[in-house]
Amino acid sequence: MSMTMTQKILADHAGLASVEAGQLIEARVDFVLGNDVTAPVAIKEFEKIGVAEVFDRRRIALVPDHFTPNKDIQSAEQCKIMRDFAKKHAIEHYFEVGRMGIEHALLPEQGLVLPGELVVGADSHTCTYGAVGAFSTGVGSTDMAAAMAAGTAWFRVPGAIRFVLNGKLGGWATGKDLILSIIGKIGVDGALYRSMEFVGPGLATLSMDERFTMANMVIEAGAKNGIFTVDERTRAWAASVSSRHYKEYAADPNAEYEQTIVVDLDRIKPQIAFPHLPSNVRPADEAEKTPIDQVVIGSCTNGRIEDLRAAAFILKGRSVAQGLRCIVIPATQQIYRQAVREGLVDTFIEAGAAVSTPTCGPCLGGHMGILAAGERAVATTNRNFVGRMGHPSSEVYLASPATAAACAIAGYIVDPSEISEAPQHGIFETASRDRD
Amino acid sequence: MQQGSKAWKYGDNVDTDVIVPARYLTTSDPAELAVHCMEDLDPDFASQVAQGDIIVAGENFGCGSSREHAPIAIKASGVSCVIAASFARIFYRNAINIGLPILECPQAAIETQHGDMLSVNFESGEIRNLTRGIQYRAAAFPPFVRDIMAAGGLIPYIRQRLLNAADHPFGVQKVEVHLDGEHEEAGTKEK
Repeated sequence: MSMTMTQKILADHAGLASVEAGQLIEARVDFVLGNDVTAPVAIKEFEKIGVAEVFDRRRIALVPDHFTPNKDIQSAEQCKIMRDFAKKHAIEHYFEVGRMGIEHALLPEQGLVLPGELVVGADSHTCTYGAVGAFSTGVGSTDMAAAMAAGTAWFRVPGAIRFVLNGKLGGWATGKDLILSIIGKIGVDGALYRSMEFVGPGLATLSMDERFTMANMVIEAGAKNGIFTVDERTRAWAASVSSRHYKEYAADPNAEYEQTIVVDLDRIKPQIAFPHLPSNVRPADEAEKTPIDQVVIGSCTNGRIEDLRAAAFILKGRSVAQGLRCIVIPATQQIYRQAVREGLVDTFIEAGAAVSTPTCGPCLGGHMGILAAGERAVATTNRNFVGRMGHPSSEVYLASPATAAACAIAGYIVDPSEISEAPQHGIFETASRDRD
Repeated sequence: MQQGSKAWKYGDNVDTDVIVPARYLTTSDPAELAVHCMEDLDPDFASQVAQGDIIVAGENFGCGSSREHAPIAIKASGVSCVIAASFARIFYRNAINIGLPILECPQAAIETQHGDMLSVNFESGEIRNLTRGIQYRAAAFPPFVRDIMAAGGLIPYIRQRLLNAADHPFGVQKVEVHLDGEHEEAGTKEK
């Protein structure tokens, strides 16, 4: 029977020759993830199961990234539950503050997720790893507990929507703008319960960082997972992070899709998602000059090195608007260090931005940049729900790092081309020192 | 079978950030979370909800974050059941896994008004709007999901499995789904 890429990975991990949409399976998981919000609940549930050990102490990551470095006594207590558990079970991939990064940037960087693998994480943005051709999906804490005990999880096999990407992004358009425009087109439940499979000739023009950003946000369309065809770029990336063996899967040529959507990359422009849904998208050049109070550049969506290079390109030699706070958060220590080496951090500080140690922080209204009543932020994060970044009457506008940086300079919502001419697409993929 | 539970009606895309805002996620205590349940959407909910009340909402209920704190807060607030036109998938899993009854029924979700009195039969999936004298049939759960619910949630289910692991030691099994056509028509979607 013909299967989609996702279905093939699921079948293999369930020990079945084939699966079809709607079928319930129990599948072996390659990796399990939790953070300081979800893992403490999972640990409590794990202890109720009554098994002495986790299924595999090398296949679990515990990342204290949400309220860390601890924002208060309560969050410190939550982190301590996780730290104690990691110690007791000798969890190999526990990342203490100082080595910690935002989980969905950290795991791929550390080579913990490779193509064809099956990952569950107690965080909705676990879908990020579909960028490398893995099946990965967000679950809750109880699912995480069961997976830590049994090394398995139950799934209903999803059907899929196929996105055929043609052409090439141009101007200031990035992977973020592409996924925002897709969510704007299909809606926040447009892919509910389904896979979003990204294929087509345009794929080759998207960097790994852009693919991570796109896969990260498929949950904002309700998808179970997003998955990218494995290509030369994926293979080169995998070789750069791990020497571990992995298996490549590809969709069968006659796989069934519930829908096929063709996207012309050349027509994508910088996008802004207005409050209070990620699907409430408009081109940045059609937005009114709405004044803003804060800009956040970071998160599991857009805190990677290319994102920081794009933001620095715009901020270089310019100043953050008077009365506006611009907060830049590199997603991992490795990215932070690279940004220091390349002089990006210096550029941010010189422009008047605050640079933080890795944390999810403001993205979920946790700490490090909470909004007061009625304030507006442009953020490179993933959600703009009511109260997401602070007071219930505050507002979040989602955008790419380039657009967010341009807004920080202008002090209002603006298309990045009004601040700086766009360089050639793809220029931020290679290190600036390599270019120099 | 329950008798006459009050409906709290909400719209589409009720997200987990409004069900329990992240600023309260530094605790996982159900009673504490219940105090803030629905706070950013309906500040009166937590103080006025009564034991057994039912939340009725539109499409994509529980979208957003995977926080299990959301169904935990709803359950701890005394809500007996959530009826929605559709659920976001992680919320759907979490509700099943922690034993919060949920029913997918677009017609009931559209026609029920705030304050209507409902009664629900979880076995049959039957929803009765006592205020309006209308009856609905929600999608039934597939057998595998019913097994989890019968065991009292995923944890007791897994415990039974792992502690009686002789026949499947962490093994992988195929579970067949038999959704009957009538229920499927009533609004089943694939999870």
